[in-house]
Amino acid sequence: MKATAATLAVCALFLAVSVVLAQNKPADGEAPKYDPVVYAELQKAPKKVQERKNPLENDPDAIAAGAVLFEQHCAECHGKSAEGSRKAPSLRAPEVQNATPGTLFWLLTNGVVRKNMPVWSKLPEPQRWQLVRYIKSLDVSVSAAGSPAPKP
Amino acid sequence: MVSTYRLALAGSFCLFLLSFCSAPYAIAQESPYFVAYDHYLEEPGNLEIEYFSTFGTQRGGNDFHGSWVEFEYGASAWWTTEIYLDGQTTFSDSTVFTGFRWENRFRPLKREHFINPIFYVEYENKNGADKILKEGEGHDVESDFLVSNAEARKEHIHEIELKLILSSTFKGWNFTQNTLAAKNLTNSPWEFGYALGASRPLALKASAKRCTFCPQNFVAGAEMYGGLGDRHSFGLHDTAHYLAPVLGWNLPSGWGLRISPGFGLNDNSHQFLMRWGVSREISGFGSMVSRLFAGRK
Repeated sequence: MKATAATLAVCALFLAVSVVLAQNKPADGEAPKYDPVVYAELQKAPKKVQERKNPLENDPDAIAAGAVLFEQHCAECHGKSAEGSRKAPSLRAPEVQNATPGTLFWLLTNGVVRKNMPVWSKLPEPQRWQLVRYIKSLDVSVSAAGSPAPKP
Repeated sequence: MVSTYRLALAGSFCLFLLSFCSAPYAIAQESPYFVAYDHYLEEPGNLEIEYFSTFGTQRGGNDFHGSWVEFEYGASAWWTTEIYLDGQTTFSDSTVFTGFRWENRFRPLKREHFINPIFYVEYENKNGADKILKEGEGHDVESDFLVSNAEARKEHIHEIELKLILSSTFKGWNFTQNTLAAKNLTNSPWEFGYALGASRPLALKASAKRCTFCPQNFVAGAEMYGGLGDRHSFGLHDTAHYLAPVLGWNLPSGWGLRISPGFGLNDNSHQFLMRWGVSREISGFGSMVSRLFAGRK
């Protein structure tokens, strides 16, 4: 009986921690507000990595493969069309679209751990470059509600 | 105790069904290891439910089948917490629930480095009949498993286990090294162990189509693990060591499968271990729980 009680107690604690942590986050699916501060991490990319070229720039399948990867790993937080959600910002915002491929690759690799963007170096390098190709191919005009109109 | 184990299994099975029927899934990019850990944590807010199984041969006694259910939750991008429920069946003996574990992994560094450390802290509340062989530690050897379940269950173990995980990913390969220190909170010395792992996806580029059998969905490698004695007699003597090829298959449906035949490397080790596991990741579990209790706005 002691073991049962202890097991149930630990499970309850586990659930409680989950609830508390989850309640700190707003619900998904609500329209995100544009906040340029969330893109500040992009500015932290070292100069050297900003200049990196995408080795799959001329790969005709890279965007399609990137779209599959995006659906599998990123859409959950960034939205199915990368329009953003309350969990993560829009990837159609000008800050992202104007960033160099090297910067986006760097951000994917390192994540923004303190702000709950996981490290994605678990995806092999070519897959991260495929994702970058897909993200750069997105149409800025379909940006999230509240974000500024793209520059002409 | 048998009924407790059955209750735990039944509960886990219900959660599996629930996740299968209703919960949104996430594609897990799981490492194929069973014992070694790499530096990748669970995605924040996701819950992964896993079932693992270990069949082991036993010289001079009955073969056994250890199993555990694992609930792994991404509390944040730098903290993953897990609950394990363990049990085992010793053939021609009995089936017993052997205890639970609460594991936490912390990522101390903000960015990715060539070598990435992870701190691992685990509390184990189990009995002496535990046979899941989730780690190699101290002087744990094959002959320890000869004791009958009825006798072994009388020993209660409250243990703290600490690990330093050093992991690196280079050109698609993951290399990881885990150093373990465990202390039974009663009156036992610190025990030590290690685990090493190397793995790589079968393809580095993703396919342009969603597919089940694409090579990038498979991760293959090997792991090696064993004990390193204790504070009074550190070293390799009277310790067990294993080498195990590993294969993981991450299905686009959200399910993950792992399999690993393991081979004992010395006379103190079980000659053969066969492990397999199945997992499913539920995306946005934290938000779902939050909505359940907070209501919709």
